[in-house]
Amino acid sequence: MLSLTWLIPMYPLVGSIICGFYGLKIGKDKVAKVACGSVILSFLTTLLVLGGYANLPEGESIYEQVMFTWIAAGNLNIEWGYQIDGLSLVMLMVVSGVGSLIHIYAVGYMYEEYSFYRFFAYFNLFVFAMLILVMGNNFLMMFIGWEGVGCCSYFLIGYYFDKKSACDAGTKAFVVNRVGDFAFLLAVMYIFKLFGSIDFSHVMEHAATTVVFESEDITIITMLLFIGATGKSAQIPLYTWLPDAMEGPTPVSALIHAATMVTAGVYMVVRCNALFVMAPITMWIVALVGGGTALFAATIGTAQYDIKRVLAYSTVSQIGYMFLACGVGAFTAAIFHLVTHAFFKACLFLGSGSVIHGVHGEQDMRKMGGLKKYMPKTYWTFVISTAAIAGIVPLSGFFSKDEILYHSLMDGNIMFWGMGVCGAFITAFYMSRLVIMTFHGKYNVDPEVHPHESPAIMTNVLIVLAILAAIGGLLGIPIMHGAHFLKHVLAPVLEFDLATAIDHSTHVLHEQGRHAPHWGHLLEHHEEHNVLTEVLLMGFSLCVALAGIATAYLFYIKFPSWPEKIMQTQGGFELVRNKYYVDEVYDATFVKPTVEGSYILWRQADAKGIDGTVNGVAKIIGWFSQQARVFQSGFVRNYALFMVMGFIFFLIVAF
Amino acid sequence: MAPLSHYLVLSGILFTIGVMGVLVRRNAIVVFMSIEIMLNAVNISLIAFDRYLGQHDGQIFSFMVMAVAAAEVSVGLAIVIAMFRNKPTINLDEFNLMKW
Repeated sequence: MLSLTWLIPMYPLVGSIICGFYGLKIGKDKVAKVACGSVILSFLTTLLVLGGYANLPEGESIYEQVMFTWIAAGNLNIEWGYQIDGLSLVMLMVVSGVGSLIHIYAVGYMYEEYSFYRFFAYFNLFVFAMLILVMGNNFLMMFIGWEGVGCCSYFLIGYYFDKKSACDAGTKAFVVNRVGDFAFLLAVMYIFKLFGSIDFSHVMEHAATTVVFESEDITIITMLLFIGATGKSAQIPLYTWLPDAMEGPTPVSALIHAATMVTAGVYMVVRCNALFVMAPITMWIVALVGGGTALFAATIGTAQYDIKRVLAYSTVSQIGYMFLACGVGAFTAAIFHLVTHAFFKACLFLGSGSVIHGVHGEQDMRKMGGLKKYMPKTYWTFVISTAAIAGIVPLSGFFSKDEILYHSLMDGNIMFWGMGVCGAFITAFYMSRLVIMTFHGKYNVDPEVHPHESPAIMTNVLIVLAILAAIGGLLGIPIMHGAHFLKHVLAPVLEFDLATAIDHSTHVLHEQGRHAPHWGHLLEHHEEHNVLTEVLLMGFSLCVALAGIATAYLFYIKFPSWPEKIMQTQGGFELVRNKYYVDEVYDATFVKPTVEGSYILWRQADAKGIDGTVNGVAKIIGWFSQQARVFQSGFVRNYALFMVMGFIFFLIVAF
Repeated sequence: MAPLSHYLVLSGILFTIGVMGVLVRRNAIVVFMSIEIMLNAVNISLIAFDRYLGQHDGQIFSFMVMAVAAAEVSVGLAIVIAMFRNKPTINLDEFNLMKW
């Protein structure tokens, strides 16, 4: 069944073409069928491929399907090929599975829209690009997918293109992503220079023996890759586009800006784990940025009133956790959290969409409240996902977040762990705040709006996602007994021989007559899973989560006057509510100088320099012509005079 | 018999008078007459060389020049009349159409 691999991305591409070109002609119902059908077909094909992969002979862990040679220039030979291994299969399942659910939901959510077909054309195209991203067998394929998802993200954020804020948000997302993409492309070129190939299998296999451990080359490559990841995955310092991206329709936020695209950076780091392990400095920075973002974005989330923005900051924060896991070398934990996050965050976003749908487009939580009795299904699925993200046992988020915290303490240091735990507390707090402000408390909805439960097509999707959010943890439990399903699946991808790498690097350095540092301690065997520590940590993080929820309960149900008091007395609240003024700082330091610099370039360099040169040449020629015009007076006798003078001139020259 | 150089000097003087007439006079008719003087100056030199070399080509050619001059005068006077009808003057300074 592995030969069907190439079909997986084809379905959404064909679906996108049909929806885009014939969408208006065939009508909304058929568009919905084509769009959802194509992604569901991809999902089913993925299942078939999964079956084929499970039957691979012993010892083989990668299946590569090369369609054709895409670019052949000198010693650069790039194939259009797909790679199926544990990592890409996990990603494929998430993208096509969650993608199918969100497509179905979107049919209900977007049905009133005139541009229904346009939405689904982009949505399918996005799935296509995302599948290419996770299936490609070389860096350039990944880059194509990487750019493709960025492009579709831009289209869909600006879906309501008659709204200025949506257009601006789309542009912002695109430009900020551009910064990261540029770094990513540089990294790919550098990799080609060092390895002579950009195939994943080649690069990962030879990483240990081609580059020197901790050398500048590998540090630069991994840093560039990581900058690319920060752009796509909305990490400090490039996270500012994601909250603004909430201008798009809610299913877009759920699929692109929560479940799949923004996790592409995590996928890429895990895919390149062999490179990252070779650069401990980068790993440390990855962990620091991840942990910092987890904490930083979470604090902003506590003071937002727009329901989707809270979730957006929550997404930024959760992806921070994934990078924290990558940074301490716990790649499995990162992917585990990626998967569970896809489930519960998609459910949360779709739940918020259901709420927004129910109260006719209102997004401000202060104008909600008491919606529990109007939309019970939305409420219960929302609560389950909230408990999952907050880390309540035995829901999925508990296990994945706990694994990250465990590894950040064991393989990292206490600072990373502290960041993670603080982030977990704040996460529990703001998510409970969100639930309380939306579903409990005083009914604040506009009297003209009559809240109602969403149609079944939407609530059914919510229920499926809530179930997944609840049981998704099964992929990774029970960790202490070693029967970790994901770990098993990802093991071949994460196989890296550090000993060989260190041997080789020491050898190379000695040959160059340089001193090789003592890396021996890195090889010391880590102690096996300390079950007692882990159980203690689990208990501790559960207490932290409960404390967060309890705090929210105290603040927003028991003593609703507290938040107001804090708002009035503490200057810090304004700071947080205004997102630490990061947007303003970026505007002042990057956007404004760029715009003004461009103005200067336009006025000075372009208008004066380039236009001036062109017009100047024309002017000079015109001036000469003006001088020559004098000779052509129109008087015949003048011309006769020139003839005579010419004759005399030649006579003089002749004699 | 006067030597060849006398004839040629006379021819040169007449030709120069003609050229100066064309260049400096404003009256179209006078310019015409100056052109005739130039043509006849050439005729003189043609006849002088004809006699000097003892051939008859020069005489034949001078007849040719006279014929062409007669034709030219008829066309030229017609143009002058057309100019006068167009603009009631034949002052050449009033006519500067020969430019872009």
